[in-house]
Amino acid sequence: MQLNTVETLITIAAIALGTMLTRFLPFLLFPDHHRPPDTIRYLGRTLPPAMMGLLIIYCLRDVSFVSMPYGIPELLSITVIVVLHSWKRNVLLSISVGTALYMLLLHLF
Amino acid sequence: MNKQEWIKAFKAAFPYTVPVLTGFLVLGMAYGILMQTKGYGTGWSVLMSAVAFCGSMQFVAITLLTAVFDPLQAFLLSIMVNARHLFYGLSMLSKYKGMGKVRPFLIYTLCDETFSISYGITPPADVSPRCFYLGISLMNYLYWVLGTFLGGTVGSFLHFDTTGLDFVLTALFLVLFLEQFYKQENRSTAIMGLFASAVCLLIFGSANMVIPSMILILLILLAERKRICS
Repeated sequence: MQLNTVETLITIAAIALGTMLTRFLPFLLFPDHHRPPDTIRYLGRTLPPAMMGLLIIYCLRDVSFVSMPYGIPELLSITVIVVLHSWKRNVLLSISVGTALYMLLLHLF
Repeated sequence: MNKQEWIKAFKAAFPYTVPVLTGFLVLGMAYGILMQTKGYGTGWSVLMSAVAFCGSMQFVAITLLTAVFDPLQAFLLSIMVNARHLFYGLSMLSKYKGMGKVRPFLIYTLCDETFSISYGITPPADVSPRCFYLGISLMNYLYWVLGTFLGGTVGSFLHFDTTGLDFVLTALFLVLFLEQFYKQENRSTAIMGLFASAVCLLIFGSANMVIPSMILILLILLAERKRICS
């Protein structure tokens, strides 16, 4: 611990404040009792699928495709999840099989 | 709202949070243990998780806690690392409409996982959406705090091999992405988000990809709308 107690508390508060600003700002700008502008309603409809794509890439951002194991565990597990989920449409089944396979592949490579 | 209604909604919500339970226990414990090695005991790590509740930013914040005191930098950095929440908020405006007293808590705890589940999963018809969304948000929040607590207290005594178990969250995002992809009207946007982010990862690198990706996605969506409307 390099900071003293008060400095640590202030740092935690600053981090919480910054985080909460990003979470609350949209709801403060477009309060519940007002109808948001059409552009915002359009974005509210179209952003989520795109953001879920971003989250997948974000999770995989540190995978290296030029050194061992060349992203093979990730690519294989993702392929299995896509096939299994398109077939069975069972959220928990797809996630658990995909994760178990990934852990197994990490051990093999 | 009576007690039975709440229990029913939480029961309906729980299965969807199981991947988060798994992922957050692993990552939360890793966080608690890491804080411990930097001289911050369980009290501090749990306080950070409970008050700031911001996953990846909490790991970044460890470097802030072990450097020179600079709260302004901490504030600005947490806005940048968490900027993606701005888009989650815009996405949840309509779903969190009319949520009353629980609304501030739903917003306070709107993390990546809660956003993906609460946006992607439609509450069952016989369950109140308000209770369902609160169930998702509250459980995910508690998992993170519990994981942190376990990491700080018993983490150094446990020796499970959890290598790769955090992939459960990648799998969760992937499955919820697929659910969007199956809807005809969302298909092109979902693919666009994937490619725009991949391009930004290649150009800006893994440490700086999020904000450029958000801007690119926003610009494409706005341009697309003009094209469709004109």
